[in-house]
Amino acid sequence: MLDKLKKLLENIRQTQFVRSIFRMGGGFPRDVRQRMFVMLNNFFMHLHPVRIPKHAIKIKYTWCMGGLSFFIFLVLAVTGMLLMFYYRPTVEFAYGDVMDMNEQVPLGIMREIHRWGAHLMIITVWLHMFRVFMTGSYKPPREFNWVIGVILLLLTMLLSFTGYLLPWDQLAIWGISVGSNMAAASPFAGTEGPGASLLKIGSINFVHKGADARFVLIAGRFIGEAALVRFYVLHCVVLPFTIMIFMAVHFWRVRKDGGISKPL
Amino acid sequence: MSKEKVTRRVFVSWIFLGWTLFLACLGGLGTMLLRYLFPNVLFEPSQSFKAGYPENYAVGEVSLLWKSKHGVWIVRTAEGLYALSAVCTHLGCTPNWLSGEKKFKCPCHGSGFRFSGINFEGPAPRPLERFKILLGDDGQILVDKTKKFQQEKGEWNDPASFLAI
Ligand code: HEM
Ligand code: FES
Repeated sequence: MLDKLKKLLENIRQTQFVRSIFRMGGGFPRDVRQRMFVMLNNFFMHLHPVRIPKHAIKIKYTWCMGGLSFFIFLVLAVTGMLLMFYYRPTVEFAYGDVMDMNEQVPLGIMREIHRWGAHLMIITVWLHMFRVFMTGSYKPPREFNWVIGVILLLLTMLLSFTGYLLPWDQLAIWGISVGSNMAAASPFAGTEGPGASLLKIGSINFVHKGADARFVLIAGRFIGEAALVRFYVLHCVVLPFTIMIFMAVHFWRVRKDGGISKPL
Repeated sequence: MSKEKVTRRVFVSWIFLGWTLFLACLGGLGTMLLRYLFPNVLFEPSQSFKAGYPENYAVGEVSLLWKSKHGVWIVRTAEGLYALSAVCTHLGCTPNWLSGEKKFKCPCHGSGFRFSGINFEGPAPRPLERFKILLGDDGQILVDKTKKFQQEKGEWNDPASFLAI
């Protein structure tokens, strides 16, 4: 009986259908070499190391905070796409649509998951950075992955910042008022920032309220419809796309830099 | 077809030219993309507006008429009128005028400003700004937000920052 089942499985594996999908023919890897080939021959696996040393899966060492950050990112991506089906980024509809998601759309918890997930991801990313720092894992040859990590941290916070405006409630508008005014204080590029007053010829200012970092961020002199659309595009397209690219490089570098660093 | 020999020197100069052109195009494209992000027309209320006749404002009162549309309070004192910017000098929220306590109070981090616009509590580092205010030909008040006056720079002494009546 068991033999027959094994034979059947083997036959299925040999079909063109399975062989065309799994480059190794879907057989169970039987030695080290075959196990390595499984990783090398699968697009999704190849970001992952071929072999994982024992110390790398110790929760005590990594807290799995990088892994959790990635998991939460996936949750946010899925719930975010679901929210997009109901959300219209206009001054007229935004707030109402968000209220509807809480009260009237089936599975109203979707919005809660997205919001709590966003808070959670900020926390896990910081904790991940903290553990990388405390274990000294930023040292060569991993120093460049630390740099990529800093970019990921920045992108995570920008995602959080841009998402904050979308509900278009009081908290959102004042939060983004404050945040965008910080952009006005950036050196040279912001009206209020140091150096901006140097960028002028005679009485013509190159950096003014109608052309500075704050203006380009919110597409106007104050937070309005244009800012909402800009933040929506950043939050739903530009930033997730960018962070995915950097995450791919980040994971690949973990593997290439010799896997998770060893405890001393 | 004759087989021409490309020397290293020629090859390198072509490569150099090619890369220079490519990078120049990239730079141009980048500049254009940056410019694309700055809209030419804003669908916002105009930077200057007419605010009615001076008689409409009662002495000792802060007028909230133009606050939500233009972000400006018009204040009438015994001597005349000035236009205060409704943007908190801390981080840019919109304070509220509390007539009972005779102060502007910011909801974000609690900065307080007096009737004059001078800050006296909370994190705001400097007084509210004033805008250019004048009387138009038709006798109406004109507020021009493109010109601002800051107390800490001594600009409130500028006659354009105050409409004497
Ligand atoms: C979007 C946010 C991020 C994600 C999804 C992420 C994901 C990961 C994952 C899955 C690992 C494997 C080890 C582990 O789980 O701890 C890792 C390792 C690493 N991460 Fe991150 N990370 C993020 C942000 C950061 C930040 C902010 C930094 C530091 C500035 C950083 C620096 C590093 C370094 C240097 C390693 C190698 C650690 C070692 O070899 O022990 N990452 N990251
Ligand atoms: S923005 Fe007004 S107190 Fe901070």
